Amino acid sequence: MSVDVAIARDGGLDAELAEPGRRLRLPFSPWHLVLFPLAVIMLTPLLWMLVTSLETFAETQHFPPILIPHSLHWQNYPDALRAAPFGRWFLNTTIVTTIVVASNLLLCSLAGYAFARIKFFGREAVFMLIIATLMIPFQVIMIPTFLIVKRLGLLDSIGALMVPNLANAFGIFMLRQFFRTLPVELEEAARMDGASRLGVLFKIVLPLSGPALATLAVILFMWTWNDFLWPLIAIINNQDAVTLQLGLTQFQGAHTTQWNLLMAGNVMSMIPMLVLFFAAQRYFVRGIATTGLKG
Amino acid sequence: MQAIRRALSSETVSGWAFVLPSFALIALFGLIPIGWALLLSLQKSNLISPETPFVGLANYRALAHDPLFRETLGHMLIYTGLFVPISIVAALGVAVALNRSVWFIRLYRTAFFVPVVASTIATSIMFLWLFDKNFGLANFLLGKVGLGPFGFFDSPSNGALYSIVAVTVWGWIGFDVIIYLAALQGIPRELLEAAEIDGAGRWSTFRNVTVPLLGPATMLLIVWSSINAFQLFDEVYFITKGGPLNHTLVPVLYLFQLAFQQGIAGYAAAIAYVLFFFILLLTVVQFWVGNRVVHYSS
Repeated sequence: MSVDVAIARDGGLDAELAEPGRRLRLPFSPWHLVLFPLAVIMLTPLLWMLVTSLETFAETQHFPPILIPHSLHWQNYPDALRAAPFGRWFLNTTIVTTIVVASNLLLCSLAGYAFARIKFFGREAVFMLIIATLMIPFQVIMIPTFLIVKRLGLLDSIGALMVPNLANAFGIFMLRQFFRTLPVELEEAARMDGASRLGVLFKIVLPLSGPALATLAVILFMWTWNDFLWPLIAIINNQDAVTLQLGLTQFQGAHTTQWNLLMAGNVMSMIPMLVLFFAAQRYFVRGIATTGLKG
Repeated sequence: MQAIRRALSSETVSGWAFVLPSFALIALFGLIPIGWALLLSLQKSNLISPETPFVGLANYRALAHDPLFRETLGHMLIYTGLFVPISIVAALGVAVALNRSVWFIRLYRTAFFVPVVASTIATSIMFLWLFDKNFGLANFLLGKVGLGPFGFFDSPSNGALYSIVAVTVWGWIGFDVIIYLAALQGIPRELLEAAEIDGAGRWSTFRNVTVPLLGPATMLLIVWSSINAFQLFDEVYFITKGGPLNHTLVPVLYLFQLAFQQGIAGYAAAIAYVLFFFILLLTVVQFWVGNRVVHYSS
């Protein structure tokens, strides 16, 4: 069920509001009078970031604030890139995010499929244990997680950022629920023809699961790309393992008042996430709606 | 005998082969830590020395007499008491406004959804600038309507915490809006039409039909938002460092400082467990209340 459908079918209420004689007839729906100011409020922090990223330092140090810069000072962007190792941070974050997303798609598909279709000894118990971890906030287990990663010798490396997140309960649960909605007859037919479980999963089930996999992928991308607390704990001194979110805090600490530079860096840090969001808005919305309502 | 045969069947072998990689990872990084956290909370540990003497309930006893911990719980409750109702009520209004087909509706929706994908750190940097006490746009705009100037994150007493509420409401409201939009879609149109035929006005229909039918979504959002509020960390760590004068010090930040900056990990683990207890309690209580009050539509 997608939210898009919901929004497209109202309209009756607007007609009622525009009843002649009793109310002023507007050339547009009166809901714009509510929606437009609200949208402006929501977009203000983002637009102000963009405007500031194109101002000179002198322009930022002015009150009342200069809302329209005298000229577009694009130089802030290369200056920000020179001021801090953004390239390294992008690379690290991209590697971590890619591997975490790919590993989860594979491992959660395997496990989700087994929980959905294979009747194996111990299935219910293992499933309950996995689901139970959904109730445990990371903040509660971050100290022992730190100790485990330390014993594995991964501390202070990008391995520490990947290994604990290679599979997760939410993905398993979500894919299991999805696989159970697929017709089982196709799979049974393939099994009759001698296909293995693995063959059925990769040749029949997964090709039918595009939207579910895409939804899981964008949600995991967002979690991993934006994660701050775990990198903060796991990366101690190794500057080569710093991620974008961690790097941004260092950058802010080093240039506290150079808001034009900070905003340029901030804009750049958000670009990959925003590109993915605009390319896959449908999956984000569905992912959040499912996380909440079905998860 | 049959049990053994079943245990060794090919289905069991392939089932376990499929599940094992995930289960091993989740056991190692989810199940073991929850037990280890409990054990740590009964020990004295600095995360470095291999010596971790068992101290029984001493950490928990100390916690009961720690005025700073009590203060962090107070801040957590003030924050939760503001963040949860403000974000949910506002999201309900916004979702109702967005649930129609007017021009630019996609743009309007996007304006609310984009902040959800912005990271907490990027959001914090934006608001540090927006709420800058000398050059900030917020003080300029509020000054136009005769308010302020405010110190925002530097303000004494609870002003800084209120500013944190504003930052997190901006970042989270889109999440709640999406949940409410999906729930609004699930309301059968016939019900709204029936209310209209019975002569109910728009407000009355909203109040007596729509809101009760959104009960499950509201319950879910109360639980989710409260759990999130209890876990507040990124914004206070980055923006205020718990200050000024500990006014934004919350439990997770306190336990982070204790464990990773001061090396008092056993005590910090006790805080983590108390927090875990509160979160579980909240979930249980809210679902219990929810089952009694909420109208389930299907």
